[in-house]
Amino acid sequence: MDFREFDELASHREAACAWVEAHVRPEWVEEQRRSGTHQTAELHTLLARDGILAADWAPEYGGSGVDPGFARAVFDELGRRGLACDGWSTTSMVLRTIEHVGTEEQKREYLPAALRGDRLIALGYSEPDSGSDVAAAKTTAVRDGDEWVINGQKMFTSTAQLCSHVFVLARTDPNVPKHKGLSMFLVPTDSAGYDIQPIHTLGGQRTNATFYADVRVPDSARLGGVDGGWGVMHVALVHERSASSPGSDGGSLVRDLAAWARTARRPDGTTVLDDPLAAERIGRMAVDEEVTRLLALRNRWRAQKGDLPGVEGSMWKLFATEAAQRHSSNILDILGPEGVLAPDAAGAPAGGRFEEGFRAAVVGTIYGGTSEILREIIAERHLGLPRNR
Amino acid sequence: MDLDFTDDQTALRDTLRTFFGKESSTAAVRAAEPLGFDAALWRKVVDLGLAAIAVPEHLGGGGAGFVELAIAAECLGQSLAPVPLIEAAVANDLLASLSDAGSSSSGARDARLESLTARAVAGELLATLALRPATGDLARLVPAGAVADLVAVLRGDELLLLRQPDRGPATPGGAVHNLGALPLADCPVDTEHALVLARGPAAVRAYRRALSRWELLTGAALFGLGSKALGIGVDYVMQRKAFGVLIGTFQTIQHRLADNAIALDGARLLAYEAAWAQDENLPTADTSATMAFLFAAETAFKTASEVLHFHGGYGYTLEYDIQLYFRRAKAWSLVAGDSRAAYARLAHHVFGTAQAQAPAPAPAPAERAG
Ligand SMILES: Cc1cc2nc3c(=O)[nH]c(=O)nc-3n(C[C@H](O)[C@H](O)[C@H](O)COP(=O)(O)OP(=O)(O)OC[C@H]3O[C@@H](n4cnc5c(N)ncnc54)[C@H](O)[C@@H]3O)c2cc1C
Repeated sequence: MDFREFDELASHREAACAWVEAHVRPEWVEEQRRSGTHQTAELHTLLARDGILAADWAPEYGGSGVDPGFARAVFDELGRRGLACDGWSTTSMVLRTIEHVGTEEQKREYLPAALRGDRLIALGYSEPDSGSDVAAAKTTAVRDGDEWVINGQKMFTSTAQLCSHVFVLARTDPNVPKHKGLSMFLVPTDSAGYDIQPIHTLGGQRTNATFYADVRVPDSARLGGVDGGWGVMHVALVHERSASSPGSDGGSLVRDLAAWARTARRPDGTTVLDDPLAAERIGRMAVDEEVTRLLALRNRWRAQKGDLPGVEGSMWKLFATEAAQRHSSNILDILGPEGVLAPDAAGAPAGGRFEEGFRAAVVGTIYGGTSEILREIIAERHLGLPRNR
Repeated sequence: MDLDFTDDQTALRDTLRTFFGKESSTAAVRAAEPLGFDAALWRKVVDLGLAAIAVPEHLGGGGAGFVELAIAAECLGQSLAPVPLIEAAVANDLLASLSDAGSSSSGARDARLESLTARAVAGELLATLALRPATGDLARLVPAGAVADLVAVLRGDELLLLRQPDRGPATPGGAVHNLGALPLADCPVDTEHALVLARGPAAVRAYRRALSRWELLTGAALFGLGSKALGIGVDYVMQRKAFGVLIGTFQTIQHRLADNAIALDGARLLAYEAAWAQDENLPTADTSATMAFLFAAETAFKTASEVLHFHGGYGYTLEYDIQLYFRRAKAWSLVAGDSRAAYARLAHHVFGTAQAQAPAPAPAPAERAG
């Protein structure tokens, strides 16, 4: 056994850091925070210009030949500085799906343009009446000659405000069991009949509701077979779950809290860490964080061996997000009354990062598969208990 | 990175699983209560060399490491084996390292220590470790204290090795009836029969290291216990019916079992990481051991108590095995003290100084795109 993880990107870190240093403007972080849009257009243009978006792609589809390790190290470094590229994350998931199930024409149409930075694709799965039960989607696509006519509404179409397309899950056959009558479409956001409304969230992130009223797309916008949408979504899902990379460290609230607790003084002059009530909770958080790290390490170990993460990916996601939620709440308790101070309040501990983290942690157990759905998966596939949905 | 066992380790695990499964059936576990010691099984464990598996070969041991010991502890935990393998292994390791250090350094060889060490490693004597420093002339509630010939204990800044002339595997004495059916006993610190193993900071260091090794192995055993309890739970909910359906179809039951399954995977990873860290002599070895112990203790207890609950009224009867797991899940860890105090100490070890090594960062799930 060997729990030491070799940083396979080590040789790229310095160059990645230099790239970020040279191109990233510090105010972008604040801008993302303020606007809730976790994607920066200027940054995206630079990433495209320098071939970083196109690093891991074949030349015939626009691949740049840039070392994929360097590209990953750049994204890691951006993450470390608090810059998100959510729009690109969803886009590259869809691009990989196109690579796997698309026709040659589709690959030529979407891949080079996206790798040049000219396309961003949002995920249009969830609807007002269906999220966990995503296959219950009511949005319809009806064939009309060489076109499809799409009608319905999508909820939580994140980053769509910057996107050229939405990857829409639509019902193409209402007369078969729900999983069997779905198809996937790439819907341009400049289509007539498309509309978008912002939705603001507790953690500050902006997402959207998107509307489709007689939106017409050509048949070439259909990805995968007619009524084969469920399978296509699963291809996309595999590319989502494999996203956990070793360097994608958003920064740990627990470590920040511990650093604060070591120096912050109570009125009687003792440090917060000297308070056993605080220390006990901090100790507990340290253990949870190590478990989270090990579960993620195991996913990477499996990936290295060429296995798909499967149920172990669900285990990590469930444990990590539930723990992060417990921690963010405990952290505010330890801070005491000052825990309520928001980022723009004078004297907020750690510039309000804890208060903001508390609000943001809420969503972890909701999106990307709610905790309940993940427990279903684990009970069924890991413990062999009967499926009850 | 390699999170798999070697082929030898896999073979060891398979052998020990079979061995403990056969030799330590729940009938045997029940038969060994209330003392919690099966002398015949202990003989077999000694004959397999398990208690000295991590002692260097030149001192008569197996020359393996803590990963191998953790495998043994996991198998012991699964079958609740009534033998003080963990205590003996830790005490043997302590004696061997002190005796080795004595013979290699300034020539201060201690013939008595060498001979006792050799006999303990050979399995002629059963050695154990007191988990808390002695108060006055008593070491309180020493695990295996009722059946041990030798007890290592810290008193002040002296690390002592007590001889218990009238106690041993064949002549248990001083046992106190307890929740976990453990051969616990108070051990008098009789300086006439004591050997000073070390003094001053070296004594405290050696004792601390032994304690952390006990923690990691007990963590592995608690993981084994918990994983078996989970298995019992899954089997039970797949045969018991209520309202005309298997209770294993109820979502509350499924979800709680799923949570325990994840935590058990975490406990397993922590235990083997801690064992590996000991073998590699990493500076984080002690905090790793404490984490493994605390998390496994909590997880094993939660799993055993929930699985007991899913047995309904039968879980409360002595006839069903789950109570055996439930009692030990609490008792095995409690002999080391209140876990909340241990969590508080851990916080100081992990974060107490600015240079403290924080665990390497994990991907932050809340930052992913929805
Ligand atoms: C900030 C944010 C960004 C998002 N981004 C996107 C995006 O870009 N694209 C997209 O398509 N979607 C996106 N989502 C939607 C997200 O995937 C859904 O919110 C999620 O799948 C849950 O669906 P729901 O909100 O409809 O909740 P529901 O499915 O209505 O669930 C409500 C509650 O019921 C529980 N529940 C549901 N089914 C079961 C069951 N079988 N057993 C037990 N309990 C159950 C759930 O766990 C939950 O607690 C986003 C959501 C948020 C909040």
